[in-house]
Amino acid sequence: MKCQHCEKPATFHITELTEPSGPTVLHLCEEHARTFLSADGTATPASALASLLAKQLKMEKVAEDLAISDKKTCPICGISFADFRKGGRLGCAYDYVAFEDELEPLLVNIHGALAHTGKVPTNQSGSPERQHRLMQLKSEMKEAITREDYETASRLRDKISSIESDDESSWTDDALDEDVDDEDEEDDTFQAEPPIV
Amino acid sequence: MRGHGPESDIVMSSRIRLARNLAEFPFIRKCTPKDRTAVATAVHRALDSLPLSADTEYVDVAKLGDLDRQFLMERQLISHELNESQGARAVILDPKERFSIMVNEEDHLRLQVMQSGLDLESAWKRMDQLDDQLESKLTYAFTKRLGYLTACPTNVGTGLRVSVMLHLPALVTTKQIDKVFRALNKINVAVRGLFGEGSQFMGDFYQISNQTTLGKSELGLVAKVQEVVPRLIEYERRARDFLVSESRQDLHDNVSRALGILCTAKKISSEETMHYLSKVRMGVNLGLIEDVKIPTVNKLFIHTQPAHLQKLCGRKLSVTDRNIERANYLQLHLSKRSENEKN
Ligand SMILES: [Zn+2]
Ligand SMILES: [Zn+2]
Repeated sequence: MKCQHCEKPATFHITELTEPSGPTVLHLCEEHARTFLSADGTATPASALASLLAKQLKMEKVAEDLAISDKKTCPICGISFADFRKGGRLGCAYDYVAFEDELEPLLVNIHGALAHTGKVPTNQSGSPERQHRLMQLKSEMKEAITREDYETASRLRDKISSIESDDESSWTDDALDEDVDDEDEEDDTFQAEPPIV
Repeated sequence: MRGHGPESDIVMSSRIRLARNLAEFPFIRKCTPKDRTAVATAVHRALDSLPLSADTEYVDVAKLGDLDRQFLMERQLISHELNESQGARAVILDPKERFSIMVNEEDHLRLQVMQSGLDLESAWKRMDQLDDQLESKLTYAFTKRLGYLTACPTNVGTGLRVSVMLHLPALVTTKQIDKVFRALNKINVAVRGLFGEGSQFMGDFYQISNQTTLGKSELGLVAKVQEVVPRLIEYERRARDFLVSESRQDLHDNVSRALGILCTAKKISSEETMHYLSKVRMGVNLGLIEDVKIPTVNKLFIHTQPAHLQKLCGRKLSVTDRNIERANYLQLHLSKRSENEKN
């Protein structure tokens, strides 16, 4: 038997039991088996993800809609949704915003959920919306400088530095929610403390 | 894989990994060579300012030779992807190999914590602390709604993969393995088995891991994997008891032959080695082989891999030469037993 990915003989036969349709057997040569099994043994092969995407999109979208989705591009990294469908990898964090409508059904399909309930970093300034806003402001500033509108440019520069220095506020009201959440959590911990007898 | 820790006769190792990306850079597929270098530099700089740096080593993987990279891969300290890819990439190594941090793999950062035997909770505790340290110096791509953002949507949310490597030879021998896994698959746990030509040839090792990363807390995901493993251990033990009580002679013959081949072969491939080592491992655990120790067997699994053999010999070897060296190595390390028999 030959390897599914090349001409070498298949010496590894891997049973994948994760498909909803039941076990799938892969026949691979040593090299391809290592690729498949290395890392943490969980890398969803890009091809499998791509076919999952194709299947799902076919079910939910008519060709015309799909063509529209495929043409959507991320304003930051420039990949199109079609690029993502082909490779199974996103180009930047902002893609989760840019392709939100397309990714949502996919996430539900993979995870059966749409909301993160796990760990939260102390430093939450790494939001893609914030990165995007900064990028926008920087390009606006460049433009202002080009047309020698220094007043606008300096206003924009202040805005940029205020976003850059102040990590939690000033760019979105998300930060306000945060503060409220934090207080709630603190209260909970406080109340949960058992009384000392 | 040092052969101790809870349930270590069946559980080889527990492993936890986290995927993280730096907010200021595009994901790997859109990184320019300059971006990749900048990511590596940012991580290196962050590491240098952490207590962590005192007892870790930052290794520039791009500067390593083929053999050194493959060696790290065989020890599972770096992934195939990091080994094969081009451009700036690195790994931060703990000299005791309890964790490693890959830089510029599928995500900017892949943190992994390894543990012998079954001990997921303490593995998660260490991972959580490792992540906290890095996060104090680096800004991760994160949103409140979707959590940690990853290059592949299959990892988004916690970015967490919990996996346990099990040795299940008796379930394979008694042909119950598929039935057991079909039942498991219903509860959203991924099982991956590694088979060889025709029958089971690759050592009867199976990896159990969580399938989803979004919508559950890290401890929830840990618990999910953790709760499956004892059941598998119990099934495997029952299958072993059954084999011992129903066909002790056959089993004894089978594992002894396996040891015989490993002790006397003059040329042996890595797949064949794994196959017979797996049988020997079961024989030792069942008390059918008395003078070989489990840590020796576990060590042989690792040291008979191609890059390890070549490192031991201190030079590059062809496949044929490797098969000869492998046979020599096995004989040397299992020879105590043959001497005992002669005496
Ligand atoms: Zn192949
Ligand atoms: Zn993008």
